[in-house]
Amino acid sequence: MKPDDRLLARRKAVNGLMMSLCVAAAVIAVGALALILAKLVVAGTVALSPAIFTLMTPPPGSSGGLLNPILGSLLMTLVAIAFAAPVGVLAGTYLAEYGRGTTLGNGVRFLNDTLLSAPSIIIGLFIYGVMVLPQGHFSGWAGAFALALIALPVIVRTTEDMVGLIPDSLREAAVALGCPYWRVIVSIGWRSARPGILTGILLAVARVSGETAPLLFTSLNNQFMSTNMNAPIASLPVVIFQFAMSPYQDWQSLAWAGALLITACVLVLNITARVITSRGVQ
Amino acid sequence: MEAVNPKTIPPEANGPDTVVMTVPAPSGPSGPSGWSGELVPKGAAFEPAFVWLTRSAAILVLLVLAGICAVLLIASLPALKKFGPYFLTSSAWNPVTENFGALAPVYGTLVTSAIAMLIGVPLALGAALFLTELCPHRLRATLATAIDLLAAVPSIIYGMWGLFVFAPFMSTYVQPAITEYVGPIPVVGALFTGAPYGIGMLTAGLILGLMVLPFVAAVSRQVFATMPPVLREAAYGVGATPWEYCRRVLIPYARSGVTGAVMLGLGRALGETMAVTFIIGNAHRISVSLFMPGTTISATLANEFTEAVGDVYLSSLLALGLILFCITFAVLFAARFMLSRIGARVAV
Repeated sequence: MKPDDRLLARRKAVNGLMMSLCVAAAVIAVGALALILAKLVVAGTVALSPAIFTLMTPPPGSSGGLLNPILGSLLMTLVAIAFAAPVGVLAGTYLAEYGRGTTLGNGVRFLNDTLLSAPSIIIGLFIYGVMVLPQGHFSGWAGAFALALIALPVIVRTTEDMVGLIPDSLREAAVALGCPYWRVIVSIGWRSARPGILTGILLAVARVSGETAPLLFTSLNNQFMSTNMNAPIASLPVVIFQFAMSPYQDWQSLAWAGALLITACVLVLNITARVITSRGVQ
Repeated sequence: MEAVNPKTIPPEANGPDTVVMTVPAPSGPSGPSGWSGELVPKGAAFEPAFVWLTRSAAILVLLVLAGICAVLLIASLPALKKFGPYFLTSSAWNPVTENFGALAPVYGTLVTSAIAMLIGVPLALGAALFLTELCPHRLRATLATAIDLLAAVPSIIYGMWGLFVFAPFMSTYVQPAITEYVGPIPVVGALFTGAPYGIGMLTAGLILGLMVLPFVAAVSRQVFATMPPVLREAAYGVGATPWEYCRRVLIPYARSGVTGAVMLGLGRALGETMAVTFIIGNAHRISVSLFMPGTTISATLANEFTEAVGDVYLSSLLALGLILFCITFAVLFAARFMLSRIGARVAV
């Protein structure tokens, strides 16, 4: 056997070993995550029933549903997006158009990226400090603003990326026709980036709908039906947290049903966003 | 491209009545004959207002961050004044005598995150390498999407699974086995003593590891994707095995990006609330054994914030928040810096 052959054999052996470790890592990763989803689907579907959508949260020991937390979550998410979307789109547009290469633009871009992965419980503390503490009570508005602050960086980021994708030749053509620059942005930039901007908003909704930590001390919880944004309001994640931590069997199974609902909603939103992006941006 | 580069159009430098530079300035009465002299396009007057509008939206993002800093600092002043630097070194947590220290939650946060990184990072990198190098092409897109989607699953799901499935599994099978085989070893054994509750720092760390796994894998995969194909082809062209290519070309090339991905994961693990709160046990003490219940900063906040009575208690909790803010933002800044060096702006 030539020495070269031995070297080759060793290289091949090392390669085989390391590559099988990689495969093993991938299998363990996907397997563990599949286990989590499997448990979620099994426990969730058992507990799912029409009553989930029509009845309110029950006291322990009696049957009920998740109507009030579902409504509360929808309401707060809606308000949050209504605040975050315009600000986010405008800020993202600034970063992609006027702010290119400026100090302010670079600074905002960097800090926005940091906010994107900031712990959401910190956002909750901030809103507690500026809204709940001065007002003296927990409220749906506070919850909605906490969610808005979590949605904002997502929308800023996607808008900037999507508006940035528009070729400069389009902008030049519009400017050459005598458009003021703001009209170039509104009629050319936003219009061609529309699917992308919509994607950002969908991703923000997905991000926000699973958030629990910031709601714990902003919107708190409410075991009764309430759509009053000035009072504590129930939300799906907080109810899941409360019910899952409780010792009652029926509360726990409601928690699984809620968890399945949220996960399904998040996944559907993410997949829709992907489909829109792959269709809209070539 | 240069013609419309916004850098060359500084509308803010002009007065409110001037137009964007790409339009010729009004030529006044000396314009071509038959022309009214009106060359200002319709709506040009709105330009400064629009610039101002978008810029103030961008500044709002800055203000949010500054506001978070300021609010946390002001709100935690009472506690910081009362305890001074001892807040960081004391492990007391007594709401009755109003004596608080941050050591136990900080310790728990660091330990659980360390376990999470130890478990999550090798698995995530292995999975990312598998996806970029070994995976059959037909499977690749599907698996990559699956990993990206898993990174979006809300953390409360991981917490519930940890509480209902993983903790019982740990206490029945894993922890007794560890105690039996690793327990007698000196020093290391001390980490694994005590009753197998299931709930505790080890379990919380493992769940956190599972949670950051898809996240780190997704970001690393995006980082690996920035690799120029030429380098890959060249490496295989000179006869490198896949592992040699990964070890000597891909990883060195992507090093700062992968470091960034890992630190993003660390930032997430440090600040993660729900996945940990379910299974950490919420006990304010520092135990050597990883089987023992502990607490983290975020779990303490989630569990105690709404029940806190008294200014000192509340302010101490907010001071914990300030510490978490400082740690995570330092990590996240570093992460973004590393990622920007490789030119990858990762959208997670």
